[in-house]
Amino acid sequence: MALDADWAERWVRRTADAIADAKDELTELDRQIGDGDHGENLDRGFKAVVARLDDAAAEPEPAGERTVGDVLKLVATTLMSTVGGASGPLYGTAYLRAAKVSGRPQIDPPAVVAVLEAALEGVASRGKATVGEKTMVDAWHAAVEAAEAAAGDGGSEVDVLRAAAAAADTAATATIPLVATKGRASYLGERSAGHEDPGARSTALVLGAAMAAALSGPTPADPRSAA
Amino acid sequence: MTARVALVLVSHSAELARGTAELAEQMAPDVLIRGVGGGPDGGLGTSLDAVQKVLGEVLTTLADDPSVGVGDLGAGDGGTDDGGVVVLGDLGSSVLTVEAVLELDESLAEHVVLARAPFVEGAVAAAVTAHGGADLATVLESANASVRMFAAIEAAQSPEASGTTSGGEPDGGSGSSRTVTVRNPLGLHARPAALVSRKVAELGAAVTIDGVDASSVLQLMALGATQGRELRVEATGERAAEAVATVVEMIDAGFGEV
Repeated sequence: MALDADWAERWVRRTADAIADAKDELTELDRQIGDGDHGENLDRGFKAVVARLDDAAAEPEPAGERTVGDVLKLVATTLMSTVGGASGPLYGTAYLRAAKVSGRPQIDPPAVVAVLEAALEGVASRGKATVGEKTMVDAWHAAVEAAEAAAGDGGSEVDVLRAAAAAADTAATATIPLVATKGRASYLGERSAGHEDPGARSTALVLGAAMAAALSGPTPADPRSAA
Repeated sequence: MTARVALVLVSHSAELARGTAELAEQMAPDVLIRGVGGGPDGGLGTSLDAVQKVLGEVLTTLADDPSVGVGDLGAGDGGTDDGGVVVLGDLGSSVLTVEAVLELDESLAEHVVLARAPFVEGAVAAAVTAHGGADLATVLESANASVRMFAAIEAAQSPEASGTTSGGEPDGGSGSSRTVTVRNPLGLHARPAALVSRKVAELGAAVTIDGVDASSVLQLMALGATQGRELRVEATGERAAEAVATVVEMIDAGFGEV
């Protein structure tokens, strides 16, 4: 089962739910080492994304088959427009670059890896961050490595996303002892150690939603009208 | 409006953006300067839509201005005739937002460059440079150079530096030096500093005032020269004597404030 635009939409809707559920947790993490707006900002952004998906679902079907990239592009521009903090341009760039490599109706396991790589590259270049600086790059990087390994072993789309989600989750937890050298948390220096990076945690949520969306498959009802 | 380079100042705060634009405009009235700040919800933050809209408006205004010339803007080849927009951002995410706008909208990216500079100092330096009709690359460099201002002033005011500059009399034919007393009550504040630095840039001579580069509005302001202070104006190069005389005359005239 290759992943299609409906999967991408399920992914995004599940992400919005996961972020809404974790909003307080993310905000609390960010309050400890940042400016305390990560949960609020992402929640506002993904709620706006869902609203735009609902609007699109209410429109007549556009001519031509919807691509995975179409969905991801909509996420990118909406997040950039609605998330006021740094996570807007960072996630926005991740989805924008991911959209550029997924302009097809369906993507297979190697293409899923390419999407994750593009997202990582977007976050890293926009944030000018590398691995080990206690940022969301840590989670994206671990996810890409795990996804590459899973695809290399001949894994399915679900296998690739499961590996990516698990690795991102582990990597987010692994940011706890790190001292931040990029982003707002770096102003705290040594005091940033002992706290999980909120961006790495939200990345783990995003990738967890990607896996869950692939596992759940198309719902019997039209998935585009599922709330 | 005659300057072919405009400035867009992007802040987390609408008030900071507006205030910085106001300050820079006062020192460079011929330059189109727009501040944009605040998040999508109106609070602190930066809005991609707002930044994109302002950049589009500013580029349209530049392109419509016959004194700027559509041809200049249309060239987009990085040549010396190029006009365009220099953008300054304040803290992290406003810079990220500008970069994201330029990645999203390639038509903007052709004529818009992002400076890496302190927000207020970079805006003031870029505005004064743009006022003289400089091209995009020169205005960008002026903004970026503002980050070195503090080091330059410290070097000029260190005991060693003042020993060599004020101790040595005009050395031979190419140098010229005179002293002048600041007469206007507020001294070399923003507006007079902008007037002097613009004039020095126009004269094309290497002029220093109390050891600092007189073509740098930031360094002049940082002198903190108030009424009654005696300043040493020095210049080198072919038209050194003329440059010194011009600057001394400006300071002595009190900038219309006496």
